[in-house]
Amino acid sequence: MRLRYSDVTPEKLYLSRRELMAGAIALAAVGCDAGTEAGAAAPAPAGAPLKATPNPAYRVQDTPTKFEAASTYNNFYEFGVNKEDPARLGHTLKPRPWHVQVDGLCAKPKTFDIEEVLKVAPLEERIYGLRCVEAWSMVIPWIGYPLAALLKLVDPRPGAKYVEFTTLKDPEQLPGQKPGFFGGGTLDWPYTEGLRLDEAMHPLTLLTVGMYGQVLPNQNGAPVRVVIPWKYGFKSAKSIVRIRLTDTEPKTAWNKAAPQEYGFYSNVNPGVDHPRWSQATERRIGEFRRRNTLMFNGYADQVASLYTGMDLKKNY
Amino acid sequence: MTTRGRVALKVVVWAVALTPLAGLLYGFATDNLTVNPIEYVTRELGEATIRLLLATLALTPLRLLFGWGWPVTLRRLLGLFAFFYAVLHFSVWIVLDHFFDWHTMGDDILKRPWITVGVAALVLLTPLAATSTTGMIKRLGGQTWRRLHRLVYVAAVLGCLHYIWLAKKVLVQPWVYAGLLAVLLGIRGFDASRRFSKRWAVIGSRG
Repeated sequence: MRLRYSDVTPEKLYLSRRELMAGAIALAAVGCDAGTEAGAAAPAPAGAPLKATPNPAYRVQDTPTKFEAASTYNNFYEFGVNKEDPARLGHTLKPRPWHVQVDGLCAKPKTFDIEEVLKVAPLEERIYGLRCVEAWSMVIPWIGYPLAALLKLVDPRPGAKYVEFTTLKDPEQLPGQKPGFFGGGTLDWPYTEGLRLDEAMHPLTLLTVGMYGQVLPNQNGAPVRVVIPWKYGFKSAKSIVRIRLTDTEPKTAWNKAAPQEYGFYSNVNPGVDHPRWSQATERRIGEFRRRNTLMFNGYADQVASLYTGMDLKKNY
Repeated sequence: MTTRGRVALKVVVWAVALTPLAGLLYGFATDNLTVNPIEYVTRELGEATIRLLLATLALTPLRLLFGWGWPVTLRRLLGLFAFFYAVLHFSVWIVLDHFFDWHTMGDDILKRPWITVGVAALVLLTPLAATSTTGMIKRLGGQTWRRLHRLVYVAAVLGCLHYIWLAKKVLVQPWVYAGLLAVLLGIRGFDASRRFSKRWAVIGSRG
């Protein structure tokens, strides 16, 4: 069954007049560009419809969270520490032009234009659970394809054991990266995240370019991010500019900020508490009562074998 | 200060102190409490508590620094508002967040230091609210009452710890409140030590 988004308010309605005018100017500029570069594809603005084939094999049964919630309640510290900051300030990010450098321990390193990234594999729609380390959760219909498809193109060398993701660093586009009030910033920019190579190659790991039938909104990590549904949300790096194959475990942003609280693995695990709060339950956005958190966020059947023999309390 | 001035001041304090609650009620009425309303309401009520507690503790420093006597007349009112918001904050945690799941909440109080100190702060504030009436001051006697009410310093420190320990380490806000509290307590401490050394000087000169 195809999902319908008719109850979703088009993003355009949210735009203030000033933003509409800025948008009009930007569109005019795009128009000029198209005039000079005949045949060049017009950049896909956030919110534009994006075609994808639903993949029923990757679809949780729960009702998707409202688009309005998923696009206004975000942790994306590059825009600020408050949940509403990314939606409010997201317009400063320019998702075009955009390049993703894929390199490190691979035979064919390559820098992909975002338009090439979009064409590496057919776009699928998958409905995944998203569990934040802060004990709230959502259900989101993402659009993308397995990260493995992109990684295979660069031909990882046998020595490659890990993948490191790097988010754009540009305080002009990502104002949360500007030095803070007391000189210090919040996190050590750029944001980096990482996976073991087998986690990165797992079919669930989605290189994501859209959601809810649309191009990814800026506040959700435009133009390209990863989604790793069995791990806490912060593992799913946004606005990625570099994917590096490496033989050593990558340093990750939250682990650097608070090593006792955020480990490299960060698998959703109701049995392993965050040092300061319980992870046994979660509040699904839009629901009143807490619900029990599931091992690997409900994906145990598919991913538990990745961690056979590992002490998940130690490797939190 | 004239009676009319005092009344006007109290009206202003009531209005300011009730603003956070009014904001939440308005947000509820207009369905505008973010998409995670329980978390938002809990946080707003906690913020209101700590701000009012700091305001209560700022009155004596104002007298010490500028010689103003009138702010102290607002101490009971502000202190009771701080308690009021602390009770609302705690009630939301019990009713909306955990829906009377006593087992989980008990576990949290014992196992999570930030919840332990938060609950401890509320427990400490309770006798202060209960003995805030003029009748209770008379019944306890000024000295005992004053000693008892020094618990507010402990409660404020625990309140700031509660916020620092619950927030992500990269956030600045909890440290701002803790810094303000340190300044306010520092002014009292400085004054107390000055009085103490003066008294010693007097005793010394007698000998």
